[in-house]
Amino acid sequence: MIGLAIAYLRDRPLTTALNVLLLAISVAMLVLLLQFGNQARDRFERDMRGIDLVVGSKGSPLQLILSSVFHVDQPTGNIPLSSLQLLRRDPAVKRTVPLALGDSFDGYRIVGTDSSFADLYKTKVASGRSFAAPMEAVLGAKAASETGADLGQEFIGNHGFSEDENGNQSHDHAPFKTVGILEATGTVVDRLILTSYESVWDVHGIAHADEVEGGNQDHGDHAHGQRNRTHSTATLQPAPDMRSPAILQANGTELEPELTALLVTYRNVSGAIRVPSMVNRQTEMQSAVPATETARLLALLGASIDGIRIFAWLLALTGGLAIFVALLNMARSREGDLALLRVMGASRSQVFLTIILEGLITAIMGAVVGWITAHSLISIARSNFPTLADLGLTPWQAAPAEAGLIAAVLAIGAFAALIPALRIYRIDPARTLARG
Amino acid sequence: MQLTVSKVGKTYDAQSVLSGISFEAADEERVLLLGPSGSGKSTLLNIICGLQSADSGWVSIGSEAISPSNGDVIRKRNMGIIFQTLRLVSALSVKANLALAQKLQNGSTDPAMIDQTLERLGIANRAKARPFELSQGEAQRAAIARALVVRPKILIADEPTSALDHANTQTVAELLLEAANDAGATLLVATHDDRLKAHFERTLTLSDGRLVS
Repeated sequence: MIGLAIAYLRDRPLTTALNVLLLAISVAMLVLLLQFGNQARDRFERDMRGIDLVVGSKGSPLQLILSSVFHVDQPTGNIPLSSLQLLRRDPAVKRTVPLALGDSFDGYRIVGTDSSFADLYKTKVASGRSFAAPMEAVLGAKAASETGADLGQEFIGNHGFSEDENGNQSHDHAPFKTVGILEATGTVVDRLILTSYESVWDVHGIAHADEVEGGNQDHGDHAHGQRNRTHSTATLQPAPDMRSPAILQANGTELEPELTALLVTYRNVSGAIRVPSMVNRQTEMQSAVPATETARLLALLGASIDGIRIFAWLLALTGGLAIFVALLNMARSREGDLALLRVMGASRSQVFLTIILEGLITAIMGAVVGWITAHSLISIARSNFPTLADLGLTPWQAAPAEAGLIAAVLAIGAFAALIPALRIYRIDPARTLARG
Repeated sequence: MQLTVSKVGKTYDAQSVLSGISFEAADEERVLLLGPSGSGKSTLLNIICGLQSADSGWVSIGSEAISPSNGDVIRKRNMGIIFQTLRLVSALSVKANLALAQKLQNGSTDPAMIDQTLERLGIANRAKARPFELSQGEAQRAAIARALVVRPKILIADEPTSALDHANTQTVAELLLEAANDAGATLLVATHDDRLKAHFERTLTLSDGRLVS
């Protein structure tokens, strides 16, 4: 009966192809939405795991989260170095991870931090060691593989976060040395380059005293190697507008060593109540909760995604309707054929099944073509748009919900065939054949 | 296989279509059921094939009474049927039509037998053709081939020569007889075409729903 159903489908190739196309488009859209939603959500959750609060310069809280947690936007500005000590001294805070941002290498962001960063993201060094001395850097797995960096090699950071930003200003005077490469984590760390925040200051010629007061709140020494170093010029560029050192020096501005943001983990629930309000009311900084901002972002995207999803399901139903119309017409024109099958010994159930199979096979083809199309598009898009790769959108990775989606499309195909199949089930072979 | 028709009657809308039809066809006998259009031939064949029930009387194939309730099974086991309007499945090639008939009736296919049958009926070169690509004569042969490949014990043909010219009528009649001989099957042909009488050892004449000879 499968062979017969396939023969009937091949007998009207244009109708079959159109029905398959309708279902394939809807399946492709639904799979794309599902993949994008799931993988983005997974990625967000992985990247913000362990981070209860982000503290940074006043501005957009979403921008603060995007720049400091997901490393996909410009920072809101800088915050005083003293803020690190302020939070590390707070008994409700378990861990405070400092971030100094502003530079990149080959498109991969250089993050000035300390050993608490490794503790937060549970990173492990795959080869080499962690950064210790000034201008030592450890590369995330993807950053290392994509840039081809190897242990002992030096590289020069660029000002800004992309190669064409700020006229590609290189910090030629202060090359970094690769001392370690991290194991892949599946998080944002894979595409970061880690160094001490003092090294970031050094690159920008910012004077700083070595010892950071209270910098070892829980995790002991922050391993930077800039003991007792001072510099004659202080030129940290506030991050959002990325002003150049030359401009700052021309203006005669002398800046204090600063940080870009702090990633905070609470020790207990009281931290969630007290720390954000303390930061927002008693300092010039702002605090942002990653979970809240991410939920807000997803809600904003969600409205559009829901609209597209409804459209895709309507398309799937249209596909079902097209199958229904095609099979109903077919059932009318093929009553004689199917009555003949009954006379030749086919049971009612067998002829019924032939029609159901036609609907089902059409739906299977639509689902398969749609699924392959969706994943091919993800693959192509990922190759052409690095942002998607950064989001972690992985092609050919089936989500469990795809099985449910495909089952629903198959059910539409089978359901569309039900009425035509029942019509065939009820035919009287003798009367049908007598009609000629 | 013996076919027995006993006192079969059928009424449509209070009008008698068949009345008291009784006859027997012995194993391997060739019987022509001759009658004009509207004489009740097709209704009688439908009852014999178990597609319709009789209002009175009964039909048995061998020792088994046949009716719509068991017609599927008995047809599957014993019968090859050639329809008035040929009825090859339009989406399948000639060969695939034959294979489908074997699959439905025997549960499996026998490609060698299909090839031999097509060869014997002179349409081996049309095995891959679709029904709409066949001439009337080729289509008639294909329909006969399909009835034969299921190794029937009773071969039933309803107006097998309608719309055929004299030469083709003679050919089809000879093919049916040969095929029944080869298969060792009882042959019952219903027709209004009295040119076939010469080919059959026994002719039953149906008129207004009654056997008149």
